[in-house]
Amino acid sequence: MKEISRRKLILGGLAATAGVSGLGVAAHLAEKYGLVPPDHGGIYGLGETLTYASQRLLTRHSLAREFSRSQISTPLPNEIAPPSEAYKRLQAGGFADWRLTIDGMVDRPGSFSLAQLKSYPSRSQITILACEEGWSYIAEWIGVPLSHVLDLVGVQPQARYVVYFSIEPDWWESIDMADATHPQTFLAYGMNGDDIPTGHGGPLRLRLPRQLGYKSVKFITHITVTDSLKKFGKGLGSAAPEAGYSWYAGV
Amino acid sequence: MGESEFVELPPEAPLAVSVPSSASAVPETAAVPARHSALVRVTHWIATLCFFALLVTGIEIVISHPRFYWGETGNVLTTPLFQLPIPSSRALVKTGYGYVLPDQNGWSRYLHFQAAWIVVLTGLLYVMSGFFTGHWRKDLLPHKADLSWRALSASFGSHVRFARPSTDEAWSYNLLQRLSYLIVVFILFPLVIWTGLAMSLSFVSAFPASVTLLGGEQSARTIHFFVSIALVLFLVVHVVMICVAGFRSRMRAMITGRVTTGNMAAGPAAVRKERT
Repeated sequence: MKEISRRKLILGGLAATAGVSGLGVAAHLAEKYGLVPPDHGGIYGLGETLTYASQRLLTRHSLAREFSRSQISTPLPNEIAPPSEAYKRLQAGGFADWRLTIDGMVDRPGSFSLAQLKSYPSRSQITILACEEGWSYIAEWIGVPLSHVLDLVGVQPQARYVVYFSIEPDWWESIDMADATHPQTFLAYGMNGDDIPTGHGGPLRLRLPRQLGYKSVKFITHITVTDSLKKFGKGLGSAAPEAGYSWYAGV
Repeated sequence: MGESEFVELPPEAPLAVSVPSSASAVPETAAVPARHSALVRVTHWIATLCFFALLVTGIEIVISHPRFYWGETGNVLTTPLFQLPIPSSRALVKTGYGYVLPDQNGWSRYLHFQAAWIVVLTGLLYVMSGFFTGHWRKDLLPHKADLSWRALSASFGSHVRFARPSTDEAWSYNLLQRLSYLIVVFILFPLVIWTGLAMSLSFVSAFPASVTLLGGEQSARTIHFFVSIALVLFLVVHVVMICVAGFRSRMRAMITGRVTTGNMAAGPAAVRKERT
């Protein structure tokens, strides 16, 4: 066998030290600039972190592709069964008592009725909704940008994530501030020129066209602004990683 | 290149000069270069591992929706281009089978993207270093004289007859090998990466041309599927050819870098000298 020379040993040691401290510095910088996803632990953490970090560096402000009205898919797939009793009671009242509560790291926590949300400047988008299974459809979504409502309640500077909950139990997701303040992130109440049908998440759905369908949670009633996702659920960021799916779903 | 150059011997048989074939008996001399450089060997096996991870998880992801479409969108309510005759892991898809397979999409997607990252970074290292070391120019670019239909059909003919390659070929790549490696590295892999990225809603928001050039997100998914099949076909032929050429010697060459069968152990120069 070849004998390892002293010079090689020293050079190797220096290279290894530089490599390890380089990784340490990279990890520190990634954390500082918000490039580490909440589900970065475990054996798939490397891939998740690379994906999320590069998406944040490349696509922070890019806009999801929008389509023409003639490209809207008909009929629309993936309607879900009528939800819980709590939902049905509100539905019986024409959703007049549906409230969206916003709390957490905001200056003016409060709750909004659908009528209030509809009184704010409305926007529409005709975008693809894609499922992680591989299928997709195009629809028009009408609503108020989430950023508009976040401005009304006054997000505090230390906030890093927005957590949103469905009226259905154990159905919640979260996004970072880049996605929460993105102009195409809507609190959507309309679909294809009408109210959103129950099967597609009406009366209120969070619409996030740059991520997979499971991030566009149906029947939204509660939003919390936070600086850490550790206190929510199992601390992995949202219900998706708890079910084995990645938190960041821009792929 | 005539067919007479193919030495017809049973695999692993010792060649003219008898040198014990065990690795320890071969004297280590600096003059014998590695058949494959350490970088080629390491990147080859990392890529192999990633390829299997991508294949298994890719199949799992397809099982959740074994229908393919063309254009921007497609779902259970639209007419597919084709549907694979397999059961699905989702009740949403009508397959004709009376059961639904367990959902494996979560970890499959995690692992698919992690393996993709590792194989892309490893592949970049391999391709870039190949330009510096002359690997592309010396080992993989076909010789000008070989680029004729005659040479191509001769090489093809010897392959379909499963002729055992000449001793010289233990130290270099033949024409068909060079062409297939170039196609895999510079056409199939870039295509499978491109079509993979074109399915990412967020990626295409920043680079919309990456998906419009392909005809839409569902077209990208369909092309991704067919390129994957082409890569699997390459893998099958690759492994069959290794078995034809001598499984143990070729594996040893890709693992240790040494060619230790008979006089080939002495290096490419020795083989060439003997043959002239």
